[in-house]
Amino acid sequence: MTYVAKNLTTSGRELIAFRAGGQEFCVNVMSVREIRGWTPATAMPHAPSYMLGVINLRGAVLPIIDFSARLGMKPAEPTVRHVIIVAQVKSQVVGLLVDAVSDILTVSDGDIQPTPDIASDFERSFARGVLAIEGRMICLVELDQVCPQEEREAA
Amino acid sequence: MDMNEIKEIFFQECEEQLAELESGLLKLNDGDRDPETVNAVFRAVHSIKGGAGAFGLDDLVSFAHVFETTLDCVRSNRLEPNQDVLKVMLKSADVLADLTNAARDGGSVDEARSRQLIKELEALANGELPQAAAAEPVAKPAPVAAPAPAPAPAPVVNEEGFQPVAFSFDEFEANEPPAVEPSTFEILFRPKSELYAKGNDATLLLRDLSRLGEMSILCDMDELPALGSMNPEAAYFAWKISLKTDKGEDAIRSVFEFAEWDCELEVTLAGDPANAGEELPMQPVPFDLSLLDEEAPATAGASEDEEQAVAQREARDEALSAAATASKVLQMAQTARASAESAKSATPVSAAQAAAQQAASAATPTIRVDLDRVDRLINLVGELVINQAMLSQSVIENDTNGTSSINMGLEELQQLTREIQDSVMAIRAQPVKPVFQRMSRIVREIADMTGKSVRLVTEGENTEVDKTVIDKLAEPLTHMIRNAVDHGLETPEKRVAAGKNPEGTVRLTAKHRSGRIVIELADDGAGINREKVRQKAIDNDLIAADANLSDEEIDNLIFHAGFSTADKISDISGRGVGMDVVKRSIQALGGRINISSKPGQGSVFTMSLPLTLAVLDGMVVTVANQTLVVPLTAIVETLQPEASAIHSFGASQRLISIRNSFCPLVDVGRILNFRAIQANPVEGVALLVESEGGGQRALMVDAIQGQRQVVIKSLEANYTHVPGIAAATILGDGRVALILDVDAIVAASRGHSLKPEMSLAAAG
Repeated sequence: MTYVAKNLTTSGRELIAFRAGGQEFCVNVMSVREIRGWTPATAMPHAPSYMLGVINLRGAVLPIIDFSARLGMKPAEPTVRHVIIVAQVKSQVVGLLVDAVSDILTVSDGDIQPTPDIASDFERSFARGVLAIEGRMICLVELDQVCPQEEREAA
Repeated sequence: MDMNEIKEIFFQECEEQLAELESGLLKLNDGDRDPETVNAVFRAVHSIKGGAGAFGLDDLVSFAHVFETTLDCVRSNRLEPNQDVLKVMLKSADVLADLTNAARDGGSVDEARSRQLIKELEALANGELPQAAAAEPVAKPAPVAAPAPAPAPAPVVNEEGFQPVAFSFDEFEANEPPAVEPSTFEILFRPKSELYAKGNDATLLLRDLSRLGEMSILCDMDELPALGSMNPEAAYFAWKISLKTDKGEDAIRSVFEFAEWDCELEVTLAGDPANAGEELPMQPVPFDLSLLDEEAPATAGASEDEEQAVAQREARDEALSAAATASKVLQMAQTARASAESAKSATPVSAAQAAAQQAASAATPTIRVDLDRVDRLINLVGELVINQAMLSQSVIENDTNGTSSINMGLEELQQLTREIQDSVMAIRAQPVKPVFQRMSRIVREIADMTGKSVRLVTEGENTEVDKTVIDKLAEPLTHMIRNAVDHGLETPEKRVAAGKNPEGTVRLTAKHRSGRIVIELADDGAGINREKVRQKAIDNDLIAADANLSDEEIDNLIFHAGFSTADKISDISGRGVGMDVVKRSIQALGGRINISSKPGQGSVFTMSLPLTLAVLDGMVVTVANQTLVVPLTAIVETLQPEASAIHSFGASQRLISIRNSFCPLVDVGRILNFRAIQANPVEGVALLVESEGGGQRALMVDAIQGQRQVVIKSLEANYTHVPGIAAATILGDGRVALILDVDAIVAASRGHSLKPEMSLAAAG
């Protein structure tokens, strides 16, 4: 566990870091509701391949997104070792299937570097920036872009 | 609590009062002449007026006032509540409801209508009784919220009628109208606990009373129980007041105006022989009038500019007198108890009466609860049930000897959760009465418009259903009632010609039947004109000109969408306007609707609805290793297809022959994209379903697991709408199962694609 506590200023924020598809990502801790183990999901008809289906979260229906597949990487083959990050995105609650949760990071805005100038629009739309921590590169993820949104239909 | 909340509570109460008002008027209309019914009606209007005054809703106040005045004539037997009078009053109740709604939602009201009714009400009050109208001028009612000044005694009215006289308030205050001969009144004032609950204070009322004249009070403590069994919120005291005043009985009653319903009040002239015989065997305790003096308690604080010694002495005096009062109270309580006991043994009848009274007042204690809170509770209990089922299942799986105490505990837990679930569901259940009452208004309006004479008979209005069902019931019922009166019933002339009562009857019945509520709407009209319906269907290309349809099939044509184009079919004497809408809204509620009609005798519409919308009767099926739930209401029958009954039709279509007709087969697994190739129908089960449009399809599933009630969970909350799927549910093993949207599946099988509208935000 690495706990980066430098610059714990007013602009400091906590992020949860996780691994998916061999890469490291992080999301704002404020949008994470809970972290739970993988349970088999009920498949949804006509769903995109990264949509693993829905599970029962204490009475609510929770859609599960394969995070690496969502980003266009190799789909995860879920096992009991995989975890689901339950995240609140606007009014919806979704689950992200990832390999493992690794860290809780406390960073200041200054630690977040802009997304490198890469060719792919695809990666750029998910990434809000990158963090360089102890030689690792952690991508800060924009959850809005990952999760299902009905109003985008028309756009 | 802010003003808006208080206002909201007022409007909620208004709704109750309006319902009370209407049911009371309808009772009177049916010939009920119970004074309590009249009182209840009067009370309802009076409470609305009072509340509306407090919120400055002037339109409402002025209408309610006129209404109340007329009702008062009925209450005092000065106006006979015959059919004509009640017709006006029922319409007035409608307008009062409109005004209340307008005040709440800011909508507008048909002013001409309310003005017209004000005129009619005034005419009723005046026509029968010019004196009453003069005594209580109706033209400019004062808002009642302000502490009403004691009204002037009824002026002597001359024979010619009412003569307006100008007067100023100064005159009113300074120059009391010429006194009537002072007379002594005996007043018995027995507050009920409601009086105190509403923040009234008996002593304040007594003080007001004491201002009317010379007064002496006796406190009756017969009801006072032993200290241990005393309920701090109950009312035990009564007062016997002897008042010498020149103000008259009305002035006395006006003191109690706001407490009128919360106390027993008898005002009699002293020396009235009727009163003399009724002397109660109580031991009256003299009541210290000075206690009523509002300045009295202030003495302790008045010592500031007095000398210290005086203050001290006063304080000591007060302490002494307080002690004396305390001992006196104790003594009084003892004597009161003794007398109460003796009274009990002496007059068991009065004790029984008191008990009866208590029972009556405790009839329906209710609380108001936010619907959201109830919903949350229901959700939580739903989860509890699922969790309990999951726990049972895993215990059973792991339990080897089968008789462990865990198993016993689980069984009890199961029973408890079931009971909790039932009780929680019952919280939302409400009688269908409010909807039925609304229907009586619709009948009145339509009858007026069409010039028909209609009687609405309702039965089983106390049958309980979930609140959400009740809310959604109003619209289809309104449609159907309109149709029943407009198209179902004949004109009075035609009815007489057919040898019927010129007054048509529409009967609305609700009852429980096997876990559902069945609502029946019957009329004694002409029945469905099948010839015209059939012709209409042929004209609209709904059926072939030579189609051989049974009577039932023809009747059911009116539910077809083609019959809803209003202007074309308004001349059809059968039914039709908007019945497709009715059927759709009933189906949206998970219900079914049937017609049976007899020419010349009328039609009966029968609706069968679930008791709640949160739970659905479903058939649990397996499709391509997925568990799905098919709503039971959609399923007509299930069958095991035989190879000989399956026929290929073109490249990919297959049909199944059922009793000599061919029905398209739909592989659910294929249409939901759960498998790439159609399954072999012979290996599965066919569910014959009927969709909204009436089309039949045989849905192929792999196996049927069983029937059960499932709790409906929203998919849209966290996901998006999925074509072909209506909602989700959670099974006993804790897994999510999808509930099939049969109509969408059938539509998809007709060639409308089940293309996913959902889009997970694609980048860029």
